[in-house]
Amino acid sequence: MSGIPHDHYEPSTGAEKWLHKRLPIVALMYDTIMIPTPKNLNWMWIWGIVLTFCLVLQIVTGIVLAMHYTPHVDMAFASIEHIMRNVNGGHMLRYLHMNGASLFFVAVYMHIFRGLYYGSYKAPREITWIIGMLIYLLMMGTAFMGYVLPWGQMSFWGATVITGLFGAIPFIGESIQTWLLGGPAVDNATLNRFFSLHYLLPFVIAGLVAVHIWAFHTTGNNNPTGVEVRRASKAEAAKDTLPFWPYYVIKDLFALALILAVFFAIVGFMPNYLGHPDNYIEANPLVTPAHIVPEWYFLPFYAILRAFTADVWLVMLVDWVTGGIIDAKFFGVLAMFGAILVMALAPWLDTSAVRSGRYRPMFKWWFWLFVVNFVVLTWVGAQPAEGIYTWISLIASAYWFVFFLVILPLLGVIEKPLPQPSTIEDDFNEHYGKTEAGAGDAAATPAE
Amino acid sequence: MLKKLTLSAAMTLALGTTGALAAGGAGHVEDFSFSFEGPFGTYDQFQLQRGLQVFTEVCAGCHGLQYVPLRTLGDPGGPGLPEDQVRAYAEQNFEVWDPELEGGEGDFRAAKPTDNFPAVTSAGAPDLSMMAKARAGFHGPYGLGINQFFQGMGGAEYIASLLTGYTGEEKEEAGTILYENKAFPGGWISMAPPLYGDDVEYEDGASTELEAISQDVAAFLMWTAEPKLMARQEAGFVAVLFLTVLTVLLYLTNKRIWAPVKKGAKGQPAE
Repeated sequence: MSGIPHDHYEPSTGAEKWLHKRLPIVALMYDTIMIPTPKNLNWMWIWGIVLTFCLVLQIVTGIVLAMHYTPHVDMAFASIEHIMRNVNGGHMLRYLHMNGASLFFVAVYMHIFRGLYYGSYKAPREITWIIGMLIYLLMMGTAFMGYVLPWGQMSFWGATVITGLFGAIPFIGESIQTWLLGGPAVDNATLNRFFSLHYLLPFVIAGLVAVHIWAFHTTGNNNPTGVEVRRASKAEAAKDTLPFWPYYVIKDLFALALILAVFFAIVGFMPNYLGHPDNYIEANPLVTPAHIVPEWYFLPFYAILRAFTADVWLVMLVDWVTGGIIDAKFFGVLAMFGAILVMALAPWLDTSAVRSGRYRPMFKWWFWLFVVNFVVLTWVGAQPAEGIYTWISLIASAYWFVFFLVILPLLGVIEKPLPQPSTIEDDFNEHYGKTEAGAGDAAATPAE
Repeated sequence: MLKKLTLSAAMTLALGTTGALAAGGAGHVEDFSFSFEGPFGTYDQFQLQRGLQVFTEVCAGCHGLQYVPLRTLGDPGGPGLPEDQVRAYAEQNFEVWDPELEGGEGDFRAAKPTDNFPAVTSAGAPDLSMMAKARAGFHGPYGLGINQFFQGMGGAEYIASLLTGYTGEEKEEAGTILYENKAFPGGWISMAPPLYGDDVEYEDGASTELEAISQDVAAFLMWTAEPKLMARQEAGFVAVLFLTVLTVLLYLTNKRIWAPVKKGAKGQPAE
């Protein structure tokens, strides 16, 4: 499967040969688990395992929760309380599922930022990146629909606001909105289809995750230097890589255990910290909450959605040019989806020949500004859309687009990159060989 | 464990133990001290029993607890009433509608432990089952809400603040009388002051001053909102402990596995 030359599985016993001829499943597992992995991966490469764990956690807890949940507007809220009070261990399952979504998004944001900094999206890994973006979109859809299921006040009003976005599409918007909701407003039909899709989409995600892994197992992992593994021969590749098992399996499990310790502290000691108190009030179409706030992981995009108000000159210009077809509301919707689209297009917007941000002195600064900007967007998304906050969200949203549409294309032209190590082995030895450089020639070759 | 302690210490230093209590809306929420706050907090069984008494004798006149099964009054980690007391309590205090009585026509009968508390009995009075989780008293520091780790969400504090927050001022608005309350967002609430102090008589001789009974019923409502709090915190503690040990073991394993690879690098500086 891998483009990096390495030892493949050889069936030795008669039974193994018999099976291998008919279904080479052992070979597939062997090649997957023993895949040559750059030996200089740092701690930012652990989030993939955390994400895989999250997906499994959410599916397992979710399936059990679904056994006790009732997707009906009159019973959904009560069935959640039934889970919390009457189902054995139900309260833990639900809190794990609730907070598991947050861990999932923490991990996916770290994973995406890792990819952006080290240029993991660049050729030949564009497909991996695009599939990753699709997974991220599906995650957002799944999480959004999951938040509607408890049928609390924020569930209901969040669903009303977000599905209302589609109503902003000119001409066909209202029909799309009605089609999504299954009626003129958020109601029983909406709850039922959201439950159905919330159950379905995780399995679509699981399928895409398999393709995501397949894609980067074909190209090989990126690494902190961005320099490719040498693949002229098995011996040469072995100098740059280590097999995934046991080196990275154990390293990733160590990181996962540490992260889970923090996760369980949150689940055990403040499980409602990331939730909204209003969601413990049953949905009431007649009472609108004072502030409708989405879950924290949507806040950056919620901020972008709200940033482009009718008094921004760009919005006015677009409104005028399109003859009112793209009004402020639709502009906001386009900006929100556009923000993810430009990120997905990063492989083609970034013109630099150098992959890793480590060797890009100017990119580094813009990248960290992008990260800070992301935090600002998250924060401002939770603030009321008034006063100074509208300015902050407008500037922060503008930077998002400037980063992808202006800075990434431009830097490739004007930036003078730093020298890169010629091989991964050099980088590794540089890092770990400093202290006793030149001493001890009895260097052990890495165990395979 | 050490990591956890260090983490707690670091957070304490960073955030300050007093903590900033942001007002919920415009209301002022007093930081009452409850036994169930913090990672190792537990419900005070006797306080919950007193709170149950206040709820039954005062609040239940108007408010319901429709999501709370009566039998859970006997659960460990709650008021922990003995089984016969739970049965007697249900029978004596509540009537429920049973659609199977009278040959399918339905009739009222005395409640059984398998029933839930009745729903709202007075128009406009919200159900109190999850009130302590539906109101967040604490948002601090700086709106980040991290104080919840040590102080809980502040729902119980909000309830106690509301019950003790009446100033005695009244006004009439569109035919309803509103009462000024320091804790209520907006400052005016339509609920008349429900407690004045000495509203109940405790068998255990605990204080029946306004502040004391308000805290008792607030603690009880925290339990109705989060009946599995103690079980959850215990599970969380065991999980954190177990994962910390596992983390240490995996750290050592990882170090051991990588040692020869890193040692190999020492002899070969970059060309």
